Amino acid sequence: YTIIIYLSYPIYLSIMRGVLSSIMASGQQWVLVEMVQAFYEAPAYHLILEGILILWIIRLLFSKTYKLHETYKLTENEKEDLIEEWQPEPLVPTLSKDHPSLSYDIVTGSPSHKIIINGKECINFASFNFLGLLDNERVKQKALSSLKKYGVGTCGPRGFYGTFDVHLELESRLANFMQTEEAIIYSYGFATIASAIPAYSKRGDIIFVDEAACFSIQKGLQASRSFIKYFKHNDMKDLERLLKEQDLEDQKNPRKARVTRKFIVVEGLFINTADICPLPELVKLKYKYKVRIFLEESMSFGVLGEHGRGVTEHFGVNIDDIDLISANMENAVATVGGFCCGRSFVIDHQRLSGQGYCFSASLPPMLAAAAIEALNIMEEDPGNRSFFNDCLNVALCLCDRIPGLRLEGEPFAPALHLQLEKSSGSREADMKLLRSIIDYCLNRNVALTLARYLEKEERFLPTPSIRVVVTVQQTEEEIQKAVSCIVEAASVLLQ
Amino acid sequence: MLPFTKLSQLEPRAGVTNLSETESYFKSTEFLSLKPLNPNVPHNPSLYKKPFVESFEETPLMVAVLTYMGYGILTIFGYLRDFLRQWNIEKRHIARERDEQKDFVPLYQDFENFYNRNLYIRIRDNWNRPVCSVPGPKMDLIERSTPNYNWTFEYTGRVLKDVLNLGSYNYLGFAENKGPCADAAIEATQAYGVGVGSTRCEMGNLDIHEELEQLVARFLGVESSMAFGMGFATNSMNIPALTGKGCLILSDELNHASLVLGARLSSSTIRVFKHNNMQSLEKLLRDAIVHGQPRTHRPWKKILIVVEGIYSMEGSIVRLPEIIALKKHYKAYLYLDEAHSIGALGPNGKGVVDYFGLDPKDVDIMMGTFTKSFGAAGGYIGGKKELIDYLRCHSHSAVYATSMSPPVAQQIITSMKIIMGEDGTTLGADRLRQLHENTTYFRRKLHDMGLIIYGNEDSPVIPMMLYMPAKIGAFGRQMLKKNIGIVGVGFPATPIIESRARFCVSAAHTREMLNTVNISDSWQSKYVRRLKYINETLTYYK
Repeated sequence: YTIIIYLSYPIYLSIMRGVLSSIMASGQQWVLVEMVQAFYEAPAYHLILEGILILWIIRLLFSKTYKLHETYKLTENEKEDLIEEWQPEPLVPTLSKDHPSLSYDIVTGSPSHKIIINGKECINFASFNFLGLLDNERVKQKALSSLKKYGVGTCGPRGFYGTFDVHLELESRLANFMQTEEAIIYSYGFATIASAIPAYSKRGDIIFVDEAACFSIQKGLQASRSFIKYFKHNDMKDLERLLKEQDLEDQKNPRKARVTRKFIVVEGLFINTADICPLPELVKLKYKYKVRIFLEESMSFGVLGEHGRGVTEHFGVNIDDIDLISANMENAVATVGGFCCGRSFVIDHQRLSGQGYCFSASLPPMLAAAAIEALNIMEEDPGNRSFFNDCLNVALCLCDRIPGLRLEGEPFAPALHLQLEKSSGSREADMKLLRSIIDYCLNRNVALTLARYLEKEERFLPTPSIRVVVTVQQTEEEIQKAVSCIVEAASVLLQ
Repeated sequence: MLPFTKLSQLEPRAGVTNLSETESYFKSTEFLSLKPLNPNVPHNPSLYKKPFVESFEETPLMVAVLTYMGYGILTIFGYLRDFLRQWNIEKRHIARERDEQKDFVPLYQDFENFYNRNLYIRIRDNWNRPVCSVPGPKMDLIERSTPNYNWTFEYTGRVLKDVLNLGSYNYLGFAENKGPCADAAIEATQAYGVGVGSTRCEMGNLDIHEELEQLVARFLGVESSMAFGMGFATNSMNIPALTGKGCLILSDELNHASLVLGARLSSSTIRVFKHNNMQSLEKLLRDAIVHGQPRTHRPWKKILIVVEGIYSMEGSIVRLPEIIALKKHYKAYLYLDEAHSIGALGPNGKGVVDYFGLDPKDVDIMMGTFTKSFGAAGGYIGGKKELIDYLRCHSHSAVYATSMSPPVAQQIITSMKIIMGEDGTTLGADRLRQLHENTTYFRRKLHDMGLIIYGNEDSPVIPMMLYMPAKIGAFGRQMLKKNIGIVGVGFPATPIIESRARFCVSAAHTREMLNTVNISDSWQSKYVRRLKYINETLTYYK
């Protein structure tokens, strides 16, 4: 093709010369005529060549010299190499052999008032068996008669032949007990609040949460995908600051504010700090800023208030002012499962939207029956005044008497925390130290436990502590023994 | 290059030895001329030891059109009635916000509840039917009546006796109030009480739990196992312990809500592959490894494939041999949820791994529940010792949730020992055989009636297609009149036009009981167009 260009070059030049001269002699008509004449006179091969040349130039103009994506795309072989090369991390990281949670203490037999841990009989200061219903004969008999009627499992979720008359009875009994319109039961305590929160709060909604909120609340928050705003533990000023901020935000964008639901989620008695939420102030803030309150009462249900209705009764707050109360039946009630209660308008929604309710097998009827009997006992003999005093008693004994240990929590809380007064600086060492105190007590027949947390998963990791659980079954003598045991351990081990 | 990528060109083919009567059909030109409509077709036949027959007949066009029309009419009426309710012409039954909180942001968005208010409520008498007996092969239901078209229910005080139970997941018939399991559970209740009052990590690790876990590990053929108090939570509280940021979860599109929740809580990236579709899975795997994480292009830390054994809405069985081959080639990890398959599948009742004759060690995380085949409650995870040790320290459930109730644990121990034959009888083997026979018999029976049934021929979960939402109500009520309790499933649990009824066969059903199920064609649900096994996906073996 270079040859062609070469050949046509002189002809091309002559034409160009003509054009140039015509421009130079502008205004002279004949130059144009001459050009047309030259075109007519040119031989056919010349015109064809010219035509091809022009087409060639056009093609060169529009074609790319190289293809970008060809060099970018991986070939199959390269892909295979990459796949060959890739090495995943191991499924689980290797654990150090002395991980504190690796070997569990083994309990033989019933974990009730007298408990056999690693072969040693102890007085139980560790299980949340507040009302001592775990080995209550009446509860057992009720569970047994239910077992003889229904068997153990339900073999289905509530929707698909997993609703038993026992469940309906327990729900209405719970609603009655709490004096709310409706109650709904879950088959697992942990899943209760963790399912309830995402049933209402969706993406874009806002939840105000106490920093000390327990892990199941944290999981509920995560599942809801809402905006989470943490306020300092039990600090109503901090909460109000956040609410005010949000209020200003809402005034800027009232359209968005009209569809953004807002919730406050708190615990009644906090399991991690053993103190109580300032409910009356929360209710005031609720109406001031139009935020709904969800209250987790696993620690306080059956414990606080004259009838054991929890924090609302303790403070004398109208229970209808709380939008949703959830609690598990694994502590005071000493069976398995959890429940939510409140107004039908709120609670009924969970029957189609509570994931742990809809998609899980229902609570075994015998466990529900046990809960009903436990409620019977709680209703017949509230006895909470004396339990309240028991708790106070234990707290008084522990308070200020133990060298090197500090008691955390409200004196009337049934599950208290003993923390080190002076941390050694590393969490691991602190845990080991506390564990040695527990071992010391275990050897002297007092069962205590460390409060366990997932250190990486907790939003605000609580300080290491020993959990001390008070139950109605502990006698004055036993309490004294336990206290003196802890004092002894602390003075020996915490130099 | 792995054989999989080439397999897409393979058509199901016949020409195998030992063909039974059904299989000879597959040899026929009639079958071979059928175009496979199911997307699951490409597969690797050499990995299977026996035929893998699964059918999903395409929705007939006419039915699809009518179903959409049905939804259209329901929606129009829904809006009309909402309008009437708004102007108080029609009575409002739904609970309302209390007056003090009327000026709060509404708790529910109106359109959220449109479907429930106007479609679900109309047929909701088919769900939550209260049971007042053992959920065995026959059960007693409390009769309900409604004065206001299902807005509220009243109990008439009568009991519907001996309703045939085709709804409970009582695959091996261990939902019993008499017999060895119940006796053992009674003893456990007397010895332990029903509660535990503490977590596994603190003071709730009973000897009975340890015994259960050792037994489960032995049953599954894995090194170690851990048991949890709730099946749902086993998934949603353990997946986050296994994967995190920078990890990829490949999840089947029909995975159970608990798996979806667990994956979401783990804050890993989640990608979804088509149901049981190995091509789709392989493509995702290749792309993931080749391209790495989005934006940063760093390689993934790990890839976890999450599948179920039997899918409870489809009745399909996971293509485990192919998944294991894929996972090995691409170095991914496999999480197998055997909620429905454990106990119900396999010659020894050990789930899909047993069913396909595979090695349980090839599955990294064996998860399952005790709710179904064992007639108890809770779930387990089995696997290598390192995995279980890690979970003991890092599972949300082990650290924060109350441990399993002792009588429930005992029920599992006893029933599992019976299945394994460790009680010295063949009662377990009999149950397994009976379940298999019942499954085959009932599937064939339904099929012969001309009904479209979905799923694998060996799956005891049998979905029968109804397509139209109104038929869920009609079918459920009519069956109850004949003293048969079935489960109806519609949107959102299924695709919008694929409403279905679901039967769960149990080993406790007798032939006579199953024979009482006679589905007349009064509501025109016999849709099968061709005589036999149209549109099968069939894997042959050599």
